[in-house]
Amino acid sequence: MTTKDEQATKPSQNQIVYANMLVVGVWVSIFIMMVTYFIYLANILPAHADISIITQNWDKGVNEFLHATNSPHGWGWVGLLAKGDFLNYIGFAFLALMTIICYIVLLKGFISQKDWTYAVIAFLEIAVLSVAASGLLGSGGH
Amino acid sequence: MVNSRVWSPGMLFGSMIAFFLTSPVIAFATELGATGGPDKPWWFWPIILFIFCFILGILAVMAGVGGGVLYVPLVSGFFPFHIDFVRGVGLMVALAGALAAGPGLLRRNLASLRLSLPVALIASTFSIFGAMLGLYLSSLNPDIIQTCLGATIIAITMLLLFSKNTEKPVVTNQDAIGMAFGLRGTYWDDGAGESVKWKTHRTLAGMFMFVIIGIVAGMFGLGAGWANVPVLNLLMGAPLKVSVATSKFLLSITDTSAAWIYMNRGCVIPLIAIPSIVGLMLGSLVGVRILAVAKPKMIRYMVIGVLFFAGLKALDKGLGLGLLG
Repeated sequence: MTTKDEQATKPSQNQIVYANMLVVGVWVSIFIMMVTYFIYLANILPAHADISIITQNWDKGVNEFLHATNSPHGWGWVGLLAKGDFLNYIGFAFLALMTIICYIVLLKGFISQKDWTYAVIAFLEIAVLSVAASGLLGSGGH
Repeated sequence: MVNSRVWSPGMLFGSMIAFFLTSPVIAFATELGATGGPDKPWWFWPIILFIFCFILGILAVMAGVGGGVLYVPLVSGFFPFHIDFVRGVGLMVALAGALAAGPGLLRRNLASLRLSLPVALIASTFSIFGAMLGLYLSSLNPDIIQTCLGATIIAITMLLLFSKNTEKPVVTNQDAIGMAFGLRGTYWDDGAGESVKWKTHRTLAGMFMFVIIGIVAGMFGLGAGWANVPVLNLLMGAPLKVSVATSKFLLSITDTSAAWIYMNRGCVIPLIAIPSIVGLMLGSLVGVRILAVAKPKMIRYMVIGVLFFAGLKALDKGLGLGLLG
């Protein structure tokens, strides 16, 4: 491989930064999930909804399930973090927030490179993912 | 003397799939799934789900398909969970797998950030609409979603079976949109021992396809690698390796927006989600190791067969025919 080829096949700095952040984020979230799941199942923190109620209702639609287990929707789980079952949402949220965090770093990189087309795309993606995460859409009550 | 071919990895895993499909795990799940299994202790389902997803993770890697596309039809067909929760967890499973695969693909410059970002914006926006539409239809009647899921899965098996991807498509002239976005790159092909330059064409048509891909991914919680690859490779002219890697990375963005919609709606139950995510990820790690020594072609055909059966089962369930139990 010539030096020119070697340069061309190298990933961009933005790609490397994105990859590095992702690898840490994913394994941290998986670790969090395993720890919180252990806390939940070992009953170290009491659960908000009894496991038997969950197993009796998980064949019902989400609205009926939320009603039966008296569970919140949207970001309501944050107020129940002292409960073993809702503690698990930290791992889910961290995993699902990883892309937004990585995009913020990407946006910074594109702006510093004056790559305005991709800076706008990155900004719009952050906006789309933030709206999805906010709970403003599709978190209709029960 | 024992014939060594009998014990080849391909045969071994072929037998494993046959065992898997006829195994007590599936049989038990199916039988209890019909009744909800109320007489079982609470820990029974997480354990059986973990084992199921671990095997699914191995098979998904070997068959070259995403975890989500296997998870949703199989778990909704054989486990007692409502389709709302299966789709929510299916997206988390696909998201975790895509996020875990992303770093390696980006570092090797196989997944292209420049190719991913514009189409990811389209797919992730429309996956929100897909997720909302799916949840709305499910609230009207879950059988609508089951039927549509069954039809989609059967269409996916046809696509997996008959789509003839091209290793290195010839793109003579790049279109103006592709040029404006800088949709080109170079990667090192280990097999050929050369660097491969690529660029895209038919960018607008490709971007339109990502509207449909986003809606389907969000609606059924499937992930969408099965659709991303043909669009990037056959329509837009990206090399197969770049298409596969970029598709996997794309899923991490598309599935994030839909996953948030399902999560905010309450469709992610930790008791189901964590054994599924961890089981599938561990299975994928094992699958990657086995892949290095196995010939996965037969496995791929068997998994497509299983997927076809799962699609038929979803159709059967959705239409209330009761032909498949």
